[in-house]
Amino acid sequence: MRYSALQILKQGLTGNKGWKPVWREPDPKPEYDIVIVGGGGHGLATAYYLAQEFQQANIAVIEKGWLGSGNIGRNTTIVRSNYLLPGNLPFYEFSLKLWEGLEQELNYNLMMSQRGVLNLYHSDAQRDAYARRGNAMRLEGVDAELLDVDQVRKLYPNLNHANARFPIHGGLLQRRGGTARHDAVAWGYARAADQKGVDIIQNCEVTGFLIESGKIAGIETSRGTIRATKIGVAVAGSTSRVMEKAELRLPIESHVLQAFVTEGIKPALPGVITYGAGHFYISQSDKGGLVFGGDLDGYNSYAQRGNLATVEHVVEAGVSMLPMIGRARMLRSWGGVMDMTMDGSPIIDKTPIDGLFLNCGWCYGGFKATPASGYCFAHLIARNQPHEAAIAYRLDRYETGHVIDEAGHGAQPNLH
Amino acid sequence: MRIACPYCGDRDQGEFVYLGDATVQRPDPAGQDAALAFQDYVYLRENPAGWHREYWYHEHGCRSWLVVERNTVTHEIRSASLCRPVQMPGTMQTDSDTEAEAGQ
Repeated sequence: MRYSALQILKQGLTGNKGWKPVWREPDPKPEYDIVIVGGGGHGLATAYYLAQEFQQANIAVIEKGWLGSGNIGRNTTIVRSNYLLPGNLPFYEFSLKLWEGLEQELNYNLMMSQRGVLNLYHSDAQRDAYARRGNAMRLEGVDAELLDVDQVRKLYPNLNHANARFPIHGGLLQRRGGTARHDAVAWGYARAADQKGVDIIQNCEVTGFLIESGKIAGIETSRGTIRATKIGVAVAGSTSRVMEKAELRLPIESHVLQAFVTEGIKPALPGVITYGAGHFYISQSDKGGLVFGGDLDGYNSYAQRGNLATVEHVVEAGVSMLPMIGRARMLRSWGGVMDMTMDGSPIIDKTPIDGLFLNCGWCYGGFKATPASGYCFAHLIARNQPHEAAIAYRLDRYETGHVIDEAGHGAQPNLH
Repeated sequence: MRIACPYCGDRDQGEFVYLGDATVQRPDPAGQDAALAFQDYVYLRENPAGWHREYWYHEHGCRSWLVVERNTVTHEIRSASLCRPVQMPGTMQTDSDTEAEAGQ
């Protein structure tokens, strides 16, 4: 069924009885051409682009829990491409361009809203760093504007501009950045992939890989053996656990990142703001809740929940930037498991096992990357060579020294 | 989380700084395959879901380095002990090293 305003009108007039389930729930077949492990945003996007852009057929997506139960449903919904380094910038801009046409392409309302992402700066040195970042972006054809303090005050009069220790001097604005409805991204890709014939199999956990003379031959799952000659793994925080079954040791630590939402309030923040004097980012959902997050808890964790010390730390940063949120009540906080790499940048590459492909290491920037990650991973699986936008995301870059360390923190995953 | 520091007793996690996996061993820089061994030591991790031996530094306390055993799924902590001097591969063990270890 194609969604449209006319369809809503028609269904509304006939008691909303004609809506169909958005995707099928098939049983796994004994054999597929391509199996994608992980039914989150990246896995579903990969399956969709394999079918849509690379004309592949006979594809399955295997998900341990329910569809979109991981980080695609746990993030702070921010979409942007304001990166600095040559390996990252073209990839994230490719992603943002895909985002811009995604609702029409998927025929699904993603509530994509290019409301602008503003990074505040608080010192001369920080302004220089953001000017450099903005210049790097513009050289790649990405939009970036360096705002002074008056321009920021006009956009956001309610920030703590006169903070004695960290006065706001201005900000770097990417107007094309913004937010998207995170769950809808998973549902939209799932629906579009399903319509292309992709089997989405939920509650099906991978228990092992079938490897025959160095080549992948299939997977063992909780619902039986599934044979396939090409397998792509996109399981984010569970990457080390899954790839251990193929005896791969990876440059990844799993860390917990918390996010928070307040009660709904009247429109107060027109766009996304990130704090330069602390790690804090905030936007307002269309429902009115302030959605925000900050640092990782900082220790290895698979718990999908964090500790109170980090809650306090994030809220302190928030109140110092935007004192008015001190009066808002926090409704919920939750945690997601991040696949933090040693240089803070992702991996989309082949593995030493022929036919086994790996997509991981999204740290806590995976949501905005969803379309390009799926597209580039599909390109790699279908054509057996990397997409030009993801050419730097090699698995062996730690061995060769070609790390992409955007934050400059070195091999310390909890600092990226 | 609260970590039972051997010097200071049960203390809030906020007093500590996390370093990471305590099972990796610094390889011998003069060894034959030193470059690969260092790649392994610096970058590759087991990243287990379950019990994890890890370094914590008691920055706002006694400033000792600790090895803590913590469950990464439940955040339960079952032990915390002081770091000991480590015998580097390829180096001679001296009498003073032996005494330091015995003293712990």
